[in-house]
Amino acid sequence: MPASSEVPLARPSHPLASKSMDNLVRTSGLSGQFVYFEPHLGLLAIVLQFRSGADFPMNDILAGLAQALRLVVSFDPTLYEITLRSLSVTLTATIIASLIGLPLGAWLSVNRFRARRFVIATLNALMGLPPVVVGLVVFVIFSRSGPLGVLGLLFTTKVMIIAQVILITPIIASVAHQAIRELWAEYHDLLISLNATRFQRIKALLWDSRRALLTASLTGFGRAVGEVGAIMIVGGNIEHSTRVLTTAIALETGKGNFALALALGFVLIALALGVNYALHFLSRTERSSRW
Amino acid sequence: MVAPLLPLTVRDAEVWRGQTRILGPISLNLGESGITIVLGPNGGGKTTLLRMLHGLERMRRGNLSWSCSREDALKRQAFVFQQPVIMRRSVVESIAYPLLLDQTPKREALSRAAEAAAHVGLAKHLDLPAQVLSGGEKQKMALARALIRKPDLLFLDEPCASLDGQSTREIEDILLRAGADGTRIVMSTHNVGQARRLADEIIFVYRGQLHEIGPAPVFFSGPKTAEATAHINGDLLS
Ligand SMILES: Nc1ncnc2c1ncn2[C@@H]1O[C@H](COP(=O)(O)OP(=O)(O)OP(=O)(O)O)[C@@H](O)[C@H]1O
Ligand SMILES: [Mg+2]
Repeated sequence: MPASSEVPLARPSHPLASKSMDNLVRTSGLSGQFVYFEPHLGLLAIVLQFRSGADFPMNDILAGLAQALRLVVSFDPTLYEITLRSLSVTLTATIIASLIGLPLGAWLSVNRFRARRFVIATLNALMGLPPVVVGLVVFVIFSRSGPLGVLGLLFTTKVMIIAQVILITPIIASVAHQAIRELWAEYHDLLISLNATRFQRIKALLWDSRRALLTASLTGFGRAVGEVGAIMIVGGNIEHSTRVLTTAIALETGKGNFALALALGFVLIALALGVNYALHFLSRTERSSRW
Repeated sequence: MVAPLLPLTVRDAEVWRGQTRILGPISLNLGESGITIVLGPNGGGKTTLLRMLHGLERMRRGNLSWSCSREDALKRQAFVFQQPVIMRRSVVESIAYPLLLDQTPKREALSRAAEAAAHVGLAKHLDLPAQVLSGGEKQKMALARALIRKPDLLFLDEPCASLDGQSTREIEDILLRAGADGTRIVMSTHNVGQARRLADEIIFVYRGQLHEIGPAPVFFSGPKTAEATAHINGDLLS
């Protein structure tokens, strides 16, 4: 990692410090081996663990579930802190990416221009952007000697949001484009016949495909909320500052705290489900739920 | 005083799909008043002709000139499609949509749309999603939507194809009233009976060619081409 000399990457990795958690981990009969863990190598650490043949007993899953429940019910402050941070970072990123991606998708469906196919192909390719690479590039751009280094955003939630926006805007735009293109094929003659302006056409298409667009945004949210590679690099997994659920999971897994990691994992899944349910419920209260 | 829209002059217009010419060359004049019915068998080119006049089909050759500017002309006409385009909205919102495009205040647009819906017998269905309407009801909704801006020129592409006798009569009444109020109507049908009831002028198209254009009484009393004769008689027999 070229930029690592100028920023304190290898800070001592703190576990999710909470006494109740430590006790739980100890009593859950977990014999995780210690692996030297450095945030940026979290994934590597996980891989190494599996490679080294560390088995992953079924008990851990049950223990993880139990612990997740305990943490939630006891209002563990650290858990709530990182969960809220996960939620706010990813929701913000999803909203920003939707504000860019949805109109972009609509615009691509309605306009014919020479490079359209090329742009769409690029967009589809960008859907599969490796998060680690995005993280690395954003890291370099925002590192002290990078082009945007003066902003001093590295290792803040802001830069995590930026990385996630880059990751999910292509997904949101692409899914939106798909849905809107189909609607445009249906509406084309009518909207042309009614002399709708370009802006009015896009507005009608966005509004009338709002359920599909909600799905597009949720797809982006789903990818962002579970993403670890990019935000680990640009955020640094700093306790009380940039630690979120996924980076905490990577950290705990690296340390061998499987039950705790699993507990966090269940919270993460619950979070993703919760947001999906909430939005679907909200959109269902609309009269147009029959579409 | 607004400039008149019509007459419209079409000269040697052709519509192509790839290597196939599907319409033309066609030359015609569309006068200032009355109801013009475009007659012809399936695949004859009725839809293509109407769409071309309305500016939805690009002409590869020939030209088309309105009495006012083209831009102005397109604003003052409406089209009812053979397959009605159904928006993902309620019936009343769908009918109000053209008004909303003109920046009409929403409340006014909705109340005028409700009136228009009642006019075509959809008063009970105002708040239903437009997609759940029956085929005939969708046609009526599309007609209400097309009339709501009070267009000077209204194109209808077989608007009664999926309507029962009762509804067909209702629609014909609405069209006759609109025609009497000064709306110029150009409508396609393959229903010769309907053409007899409504037409002031007939355009007969067959295999993408314009075979006849002229006053309806003249057309029905003595069609000039064998195809037109066959079409009239065939329809009477069936
Ligand atoms: N892409 C294409 N290639 C070749 N022929 C085409 C193409 N698209 C349309 N056509 C033909 O153009 C002709 C004109 O069709 P049009 O829809 O105008 O007929 P119509 O008179 O409206 O018929 P109907 O009464 O069935 O509605 C049809 O014969 C159709 O097969
Ligand atoms: Mg047709």
